[in-house]
Amino acid sequence: MLVEKAVALSAILFVLGTLGALTRRNLIVILMSIELMLNAVNLALVAFSRQWGDLAGHVFVLMVIVVAAAEVAVGLGIVIALFRNRESVNVEDSSLLKW
Amino acid sequence: MVEGQVYPLLRWIVLLPLFAAAVHGVSLGWLRQPLSRTATIALSCGAPILSFVLAFVSLIRLATLPPDARFLTDTLFTWIGAGSFSADAAFLFDPLSAVMTLVVTGVGSLIHVYSVGYMDDDHRDDRGFQRFFCFLNLFLFSMLALVLGDNLLLMFLGWEGVGLCSYLLIGFWYADRWNAYAGSKAFIVNRIGDVGFLIGIFLLFWALAGVDAATVNFRELAVALPQIADQTVTLPSWLGGASWKLTTLIGICFFLGAVGKSAQIPLYVWLPDAMAGPTPVSALIHAATMVTAGVYMVCRMSFLYAEAPGASALIAWTGLATAVLAAAIAIAQTDIKKVLAYSTVSQLGFMFVAAGCGAYSAAIFHVVTHAFFKALLFLGSGAVILAMHHEQDTDKMGGLRQLIPWTHRWFAIGVLAIAGFPGMSGFFSKDEILLSAWLAHGVPGHRALYAIALVTAGVTAFYMFRLHFRTFLGESRVAPELRARVHEPNRWILAPLAVLGVLSVVGGWIGPSAALNPIPGVDPAQSNSLANFLAPSLASTHHEVAFATERWLAALAVAVAGAGALLAAWLYLWRPGLPARLREAIAPVHRLVANKLYVDEAYDALFVRPLVVVSENVLYRGVDAGLIDRVAVNGSANLVRGLASGVLRHFQSGLAQGYLVVMLIGTILVAFMVMG
Amino acid sequence: MIDFLFYLFAALAVAGALGMLLNTRNAVAGALSLVGTMVSLGAIYVLLEAYLIGVLQILIYAGAIVVLFLFVVMLLNLRQDEFSPERLRFTKILGVVIGAFVGVELLLLLPAALGPPAVIPPEFGGYRMVGTALFTDWVLAFEVTSLLLLAAMVGAVILAKRRID
Repeated sequence: MLVEKAVALSAILFVLGTLGALTRRNLIVILMSIELMLNAVNLALVAFSRQWGDLAGHVFVLMVIVVAAAEVAVGLGIVIALFRNRESVNVEDSSLLKW
Repeated sequence: MVEGQVYPLLRWIVLLPLFAAAVHGVSLGWLRQPLSRTATIALSCGAPILSFVLAFVSLIRLATLPPDARFLTDTLFTWIGAGSFSADAAFLFDPLSAVMTLVVTGVGSLIHVYSVGYMDDDHRDDRGFQRFFCFLNLFLFSMLALVLGDNLLLMFLGWEGVGLCSYLLIGFWYADRWNAYAGSKAFIVNRIGDVGFLIGIFLLFWALAGVDAATVNFRELAVALPQIADQTVTLPSWLGGASWKLTTLIGICFFLGAVGKSAQIPLYVWLPDAMAGPTPVSALIHAATMVTAGVYMVCRMSFLYAEAPGASALIAWTGLATAVLAAAIAIAQTDIKKVLAYSTVSQLGFMFVAAGCGAYSAAIFHVVTHAFFKALLFLGSGAVILAMHHEQDTDKMGGLRQLIPWTHRWFAIGVLAIAGFPGMSGFFSKDEILLSAWLAHGVPGHRALYAIALVTAGVTAFYMFRLHFRTFLGESRVAPELRARVHEPNRWILAPLAVLGVLSVVGGWIGPSAALNPIPGVDPAQSNSLANFLAPSLASTHHEVAFATERWLAALAVAVAGAGALLAAWLYLWRPGLPARLREAIAPVHRLVANKLYVDEAYDALFVRPLVVVSENVLYRGVDAGLIDRVAVNGSANLVRGLASGVLRHFQSGLAQGYLVVMLIGTILVAFMVMG
Repeated sequence: MIDFLFYLFAALAVAGALGMLLNTRNAVAGALSLVGTMVSLGAIYVLLEAYLIGVLQILIYAGAIVVLFLFVVMLLNLRQDEFSPERLRFTKILGVVIGAFVGVELLLLLPAALGPPAVIPPEFGGYRMVGTALFTDWVLAFEVTSLLLLAAMVGAVILAKRRID
């Protein structure tokens, strides 16, 4: 019972994270939304790990946390570098990679 | 089927000229190292002479064979082999091809020798002494392939080859654009006829395939043809719905090819323009050999025409119409070579009259004698042109008899021969033709045919004598400063003239009919030897006729010719002012005839102009530039460009969230696909 | 009891997420909302008997990552600037619709049988068992992540360095 509810919560949080990543223009908020998505995935993993009694889910969650941490570090470093050059964290201001 | 004797010597008759042409080709085209004059002469004159010797030897061998197996064969290799069908590169030396080969190589050799003297005088920029002989040798090879080929396909190869060489040689002095145009005209008009030839081959093959006897080999065709001799073809209703014999239809198709190659109506227009080429070319190709290929082809297919009375009638009347038209035009021409050109067209018409009336051996007889005297006349005119330093207009000649006596003598012999002076070659062959018209019961209106042909023979005599008188006799109209430089040409030129002159006199003695045999007391069966010799090759149409009738007809022909000659003498020798007054009196008629009846202009307006207009506007602007370029090529490029710049561009906005949406959609799709 | 706790923390998590998303004015407030979500999630992990993970979640996520976010926000001193008109509006709406659609789909798919959870030993999710699993079965992944961390460190240093002028 609990597991299903946890998975449902995970779905909701994931969708919220996606909406945030798509809609908001502040680069930092986008990164936070991505963190939210990762958390939702962690929740799903833990829930299923509880369901099947397999510790692989926990280990996987550990990996995801590590990756998330590393990604945030580097990502924020990029935001800072971007801010230094453009004076803006609007994601729509950095659109040079087009045709 | 009787198997002929295999004779490996035959291939050298054809291959020697090819070898000579190839040597020239390598030397000029690849090594860029011309041969010396002596080497060129030795090679290019030696090859035809050798071929002639070989042909003569083959003839002797041929004569030893019994009449029903009188042919030699030589196979080089299998050219086309498909299942049970095969067309070999093989040669057939039967009486018909023997006669043609001897004429081609014999007269050809003489003209090669003549060309040494003629082309040497050429000081133009594009002269190319060696190039000329290369083309001449190539021509000889093609012509020999044509007459010696044992199947329709090899003959067609030679047919096209002589067309090509004709183009090359007519436009030999290519620096003058008009020569090139004349060459193109010849080639193109020839090709129009060739369509008919090809369709004929296809029809014949298809018809024979229907009775399981498909072949293109002449001997096999002759055997197989009776099987389809009774088939008929019904034309579709929009063509009249009539029912024709299949053989007639095939015969007409083949005749179309002959019309193109042998310059009959309506495809004769290329021959007068072909006079733009050097005179030896006119002599060899457009008098003695290439133009007679059509006659040879009809005679070779005589087994077909014997079963196609409709086609034969068409041939006879077309030949006659051509003879009349050409003779009429020749009366009013002033250029030496043009008169001779129209004379050739007219004489070819006579040959077809004979062929159409079933007298194939008479047609071949006239081919032989015509080769002798027409080559003589052309070479003689070439000598005159050389002597006059390339002046060709007879209005500026006259009284040349004193200045170039030998040329005058040989030319006179040629004129007498063509007019039909008794005892000379032309007399015998022309009489054979007129006789065949008189006896041709299978051809509708054959008596009228005879009458018109007789009159035309008289006209022939008239315009030939006119030419002779205006050129050599009477008052001299030569420009004074030119008169001192007129001299007899060199011996390279005179020697062939002499040989041909002799042949023009005695050449007819190979085949006179029994009635006219000049040697009294000879067994009748022994005479008419040419016809007898040729009999195994040709379909036989034998008519019995009394000797007396023949002699009367011959006398009538001589009388008509004599009348023509006398008329010419009266107008151009004894009353020199009269032609000018007559010309004024009938000025419109004269203008019409002198301008070749405006046929060229009519063709231009009817066919050439519309074709060019269609080509330019419809095909070029419409289809090529418009449809293919603009719609297909540019259009497809524009379509891609529109798609890319209008639609696809927006997928690469550079905005991260746009990419995110696409990724999202993609991921969902993949997830759905994985889930099933 | 557990159910009630779960619903409480779930509501808090969603509220925190929405707070972060809908907050356009104050970036710091948004980050702090996210902290609320992280902590709630940690509590839910504990409810799911993933004790080590729950603790680590709070330690690392709430304690390090969101703090990092706050550092950057305050470093960049962001104001509520006027942003230029939004571009790709249609694309974003499309994305939102698809996202919502997927969410609904997922929720609908759920009731399909998961069955009763497995019986687990009492130490399940504790440090001893997770550690053992990490250092025996999954030691390769463990080593690789250390490399990943090294790469991230190098990257971060380079990115944040000031140019030596």
